[in-house]
Amino acid sequence: MENGRRKFLKIAGAAALGLGVKPVIDAVAGADEPVKYVAREGALQAKRWAMVVDTRKFTQELAEECRKVCHAEHNVPEIENPKHEIKWIWSETFEHAFPGHEHEYSDPDVMTRPFMVLCNHCDDPACVRVCPTKATFKREDGIVLMDMHRCIGCRFCMAACPFGARSFNWKDPRPYIGETNDEFPTRMKGVVEKCNFCAERLAKGVMPACVEVCKDKECLFFGDLDDPESEVRKVLSTNHTVRRKAELGTNPMVYYII
Amino acid sequence: MMYDKKLIIPGLVIFVWLMTLPFWYNSGKATAAPEVKIDTPVIQEMAEKKCIEDKQYMREAHMQVLDDWRDEVVRERKRVEVTTGGKTYEMSLQNECMKCHSNKAEFCDKCHDYVAVDPYCWDCHIEPKEKK
Repeated sequence: MENGRRKFLKIAGAAALGLGVKPVIDAVAGADEPVKYVAREGALQAKRWAMVVDTRKFTQELAEECRKVCHAEHNVPEIENPKHEIKWIWSETFEHAFPGHEHEYSDPDVMTRPFMVLCNHCDDPACVRVCPTKATFKREDGIVLMDMHRCIGCRFCMAACPFGARSFNWKDPRPYIGETNDEFPTRMKGVVEKCNFCAERLAKGVMPACVEVCKDKECLFFGDLDDPESEVRKVLSTNHTVRRKAELGTNPMVYYII
Repeated sequence: MMYDKKLIIPGLVIFVWLMTLPFWYNSGKATAAPEVKIDTPVIQEMAEKKCIEDKQYMREAHMQVLDDWRDEVVRERKRVEVTTGGKTYEMSLQNECMKCHSNKAEFCDKCHDYVAVDPYCWDCHIEPKEKK
């Protein structure tokens, strides 16, 4: 009897050990190379993407060109009704872009400039904090991005964003898109959308569409804030810049040279 | 003991018949599984006519594949899949899958209609322009 129990325990122990080891052996012996996901070759990478707008050189025409190119690239509909309109990038007056900073003796030259505004891709984005489905999230490189598949259209993010950078699709946007860019999806009724810092272009190794438009004018800079040698850092260190509503603590990543 | 047996039993029979009516109505009328033509001009020109995985796997798991792709592309900044065979594919429904499978009506819709599923891919993704 005693012998029987000893034997049983030995066999049970060996069996348990064998079961525990099996996954390890499977993993080591797995000859098939697993499927891998990698970044595209030549994709632009950064630790912290940021943008600098030189408002001294910006003109209304240039801002309009940026808007047109961006909206065409991303299949943004042109809806006349301001209650339904969708905006990724647009031009704003000084008192709307920087409320509270104007006064009755302000420099009229500055007050009449167009201020190109877009999603600030904040470092501490309010929209991300309120999104109940994690449809809006901050990518590792700082871009505040949306996963349209997850957006339920609750518009918390629109209420949270202090910059009005987000638009809601009150109706199917497709009939309002002129020429569709077949490389990029559209949106559907019931989702929020905003600027994506041209994440799809960066993945291809090209600069954002608006930056491309302003290439020769040298009034729009885009680059890695984490790299001291980058163009944005050089521009920031040699010019005085302000950010929109920085006092709210969202840490916007679009800087303006006034 | 049961009162109103004459009413209750026929009533029950009618109730069960009514509730199972859809089954009676459709019995013996099984729709034939769709014959899907997957040869498009692009596929015809391929030396090895193979998707990223074999046919059976793609049939059973294409929805998981697309789901994984979406998360990798949108959240992980990875846009290319290297398959077990070492081939690389752009992880994009609109810009990769449909480049070969340009016949959406045949390739997607036929089966989806048959199994009565209605995925909303094409509410946003732009379907390939088919020659009618």
